[in-house]
Amino acid sequence: MSLVQLTVNGTRQQVDVPPMKRLLDVLREDLALTGSKEGCGEGECGACAVLLDGVLVNSCLVPALQVNGSRLCTIEGVSTEGRLHPIQQCFLECGGAQCGICTPGMILATQHLLDKYPHPTMEQIQEGLAGNLCRCTGYMRIFEAVQEAAKVA
Amino acid sequence: MGYTPQSGTGLLGSSPLRKEGRDKVLGASRYIDDQSLPGMWHGATVRSAIARGRIRSISYDPAVDWAQYAIVTAADIPGENTIVHLTRDHPCLARATVNHPEEPIVLLAHPDKTALLAGVRGVRIDYDPLPGVFTIEESEAAVAANDTERIIWEGSDAGGTANCFKQYCMYSGDAAETEAGLEAAFDTADFIVEGEYATGAQEQLYIENNGVIAECFRKPSGGIESVCVRGSMQCPFYLVHALTLVFDLPEDKCRVIQVETGGAFGGKEDFPSVIGSHAALLAMKCGHPVKMTYDRAEDMAATTKRHPSRTRHRTAVSKEGRLLGGTVDFAIDGGAYATLSPVVLSRGTIHAPGPYKWPHLRVRAKAMATNLPPHGAFRGFGAPQSLFGLERHMDKIARTIGLSPEELRRRNFLGTGDCTATGQPLNEPVDMQHLLTRALHEAGYHEKLARFTVENKTSSIKRGVGFASFMHGTGFTGSGERRLNSLVHLDLLPEGRPQILVSSTEFGQGTNTILCQVAAQTLQLPYDEITIARPDTSVVPNSGPTVASRTAMIVGKLIERASQQMLATLRAHAALPEAHTADDFHAAGLRYLAKHGTLRESVRYEPPTKIYWDDDLYRGDAYPGYAWAVYVAEVAVDMNTYMATCTRFDALQEVGKVMHPVLAKGQIEGGVAQGIGYALYEKCMWKEGRMMNNQMTNYIMPTSADLPPIHVHFEEVPSIHGPGGAKGIGELPMDGPAPAILNAIENATGVAFNTIPLLPEDIFERFTSLGHPHGGSEDLDVTVDRDTRTEAVEVTA
Repeated sequence: MSLVQLTVNGTRQQVDVPPMKRLLDVLREDLALTGSKEGCGEGECGACAVLLDGVLVNSCLVPALQVNGSRLCTIEGVSTEGRLHPIQQCFLECGGAQCGICTPGMILATQHLLDKYPHPTMEQIQEGLAGNLCRCTGYMRIFEAVQEAAKVA
Repeated sequence: MGYTPQSGTGLLGSSPLRKEGRDKVLGASRYIDDQSLPGMWHGATVRSAIARGRIRSISYDPAVDWAQYAIVTAADIPGENTIVHLTRDHPCLARATVNHPEEPIVLLAHPDKTALLAGVRGVRIDYDPLPGVFTIEESEAAVAANDTERIIWEGSDAGGTANCFKQYCMYSGDAAETEAGLEAAFDTADFIVEGEYATGAQEQLYIENNGVIAECFRKPSGGIESVCVRGSMQCPFYLVHALTLVFDLPEDKCRVIQVETGGAFGGKEDFPSVIGSHAALLAMKCGHPVKMTYDRAEDMAATTKRHPSRTRHRTAVSKEGRLLGGTVDFAIDGGAYATLSPVVLSRGTIHAPGPYKWPHLRVRAKAMATNLPPHGAFRGFGAPQSLFGLERHMDKIARTIGLSPEELRRRNFLGTGDCTATGQPLNEPVDMQHLLTRALHEAGYHEKLARFTVENKTSSIKRGVGFASFMHGTGFTGSGERRLNSLVHLDLLPEGRPQILVSSTEFGQGTNTILCQVAAQTLQLPYDEITIARPDTSVVPNSGPTVASRTAMIVGKLIERASQQMLATLRAHAALPEAHTADDFHAAGLRYLAKHGTLRESVRYEPPTKIYWDDDLYRGDAYPGYAWAVYVAEVAVDMNTYMATCTRFDALQEVGKVMHPVLAKGQIEGGVAQGIGYALYEKCMWKEGRMMNNQMTNYIMPTSADLPPIHVHFEEVPSIHGPGGAKGIGELPMDGPAPAILNAIENATGVAFNTIPLLPEDIFERFTSLGHPHGGSEDLDVTVDRDTRTEAVEVTA
């Protein structure tokens, strides 16, 4: 077991877990943050995506030990006091969420994209979200949500 | 964008926020894997390592401490060892024989999820292997040769013959007259055009894998009192029915709760009956709640997929381009057990004639058994398969007789008042001519056709345009809706607000939202006033399964009627004024509840009086309504990499009243994306019946970077059968993309590809086998269609 200290959504946390435990499982099991989802377990679908020190990562591929001392943002940290972040509001209004299982990862990928390119081109949006699979929407409503969010933010 | 909350009139056709959308964007929705119960154990499945054989023995590795595990085999099943769909041939757990790879044999549960892998590895199963059949052709060959070793399925309680789950023969009229008409048509035709078309299996690839949590409750005497399963699913009452047989319990002792479901697409129609029964058996054995969730590899290898298919067309055509008569032989690969294959086959059969007039038509259809995991429901349910064959064949006919694909279709479209091939008069307006004109205009089809012809001569990127015309029937096929006899409730909650109770489930398509819109509009209330109960079979009535594009039209109509009834009740008994505000409604509701205690409006399906279907003759009104569509694809084929890409897609459909434009667009776009995947990306690789690429790494679905702009266009012609004039749209967009794209690829390259999926290696192989290693030259031989196993285009006269 290893003692891992990290800051999750602004709160300092400490967990005692096997060093190779997946960050995804640490979040879901040890910290009860179930917003990050497992879709494939091999870094293909992006449903478990989180921001690790500002970098978009698939938490199913990150061992717990590696996040010691890191700052983490999960979907639970995107809204403030129950108020939707503009990205969340745009996903809701544009129909960017259907079944909702890819939505947490997709919203974090959008946040990462807009941090990098506040006014992204369609190509940048398509590339920026290419690591997050959505089987419901065909992505068009998501693209619209991202463009709307770029206007609002 | 531009959402403004609306009330009453005008709510249908506006886009209020998705009912459960806020929780979804917050990441707060609780899917099954986000839930647990006190004392919960975890379950796993030991599966067949071979495709077919007899189980000689099951042994347990002494190195494993089996006292820690609960073990379930077929011998533990208290009721019938069957997963019932339409037949009882499908065992819940294999007992003496296995018939496909990954067939479940032993179930294990353990308090610690991480201990399961060692347990699964510690169960040793020895087999006497038997020969298997893995394709439609191998299955047919075994029957033809009476090769008893390879007769893998021998019929069931519900019919079927050796290796064949179901057959249909559909005639466009009286059987003898149609046969005579066909003979005359083929004798006198100017052209006879033959073709063969094939489609592959497709994985639903919902991002949330199958999963459930089951509980088993004991009587004081120790016997089983009841079971409860909650999980990710489309059809809670299907699972109730499965549990009643496996546990020999009455329906009211088998409770099923649908929780937030992360995509389904048909993949959670029949399969939850399997995983739900398994988890409940483990809960019975260990005395704890048991969670079973598959990982991606297990879900892809062991659960259902879209049926592979083969369609053979033989068509008599006049030189003016009239279809004089046709025969269609349609075959699907059902996998090892019948499951839903007979009804998938039925929808495929009825859609095989497409939106065209056939003076004489015969469709012979069959679902064959193979030693693959059973294929099951997937959006479109047989129609994408037979329509792929038809719409490729229409382009082949056009090319053969020298008409444009557009003109050939125009000369044969069904119109208002015409009869479909099952003899159903189209009483509601149908205007395929206009849909085609508008779709081609929206897509810039004619301009591109001319421009690409010039540009392709000097480019290694060959561009093309193609389209498909089609329809999709709403609701259960034939007498299905009569048999379902669906029931809905509309309750008035104690605070005077209405709540919808249905078993229709939300899994992304928008069930919650549109049903609340229907109720709000009819009750003249704001959208936010209406709630919908979670589908829990101990609470909600059976409004039928959430399949077959039936929720908006069929269940929506029941909600509309229940809402009308509630208004009438409150007006008659609680002085609700004719024009009311939400406050008036609450006040009237509270007055009613004070006097009567409760208010529940229950409405049952009433078949439209003029709709009739004859199951024996396979004729009549196949569906209460159809959505009609023309889809146009633009493609680019890179002759250096042999990669075909869809570069723009236009989807025009007439779907009755569009209830929620944002959700409706999302449905169409999502379906088109799955259709593009079906055509160009998603290939199941099989070896001895086992899926070899059961990972997202090597089964490729389209990403955001792969898809073209998808332009969605609606025509709205209200239907009398749906609420506010709506028809079903869920499955329609799966039908058109694949044939439109392959038609466009033929336009681009001059070569007809008739098998999907079509990946770069398939295009490469075809061009190199044509003897043109550099491909794309002008002299490619298009008269011999090498992809079509029936090569000859027989031309008489």
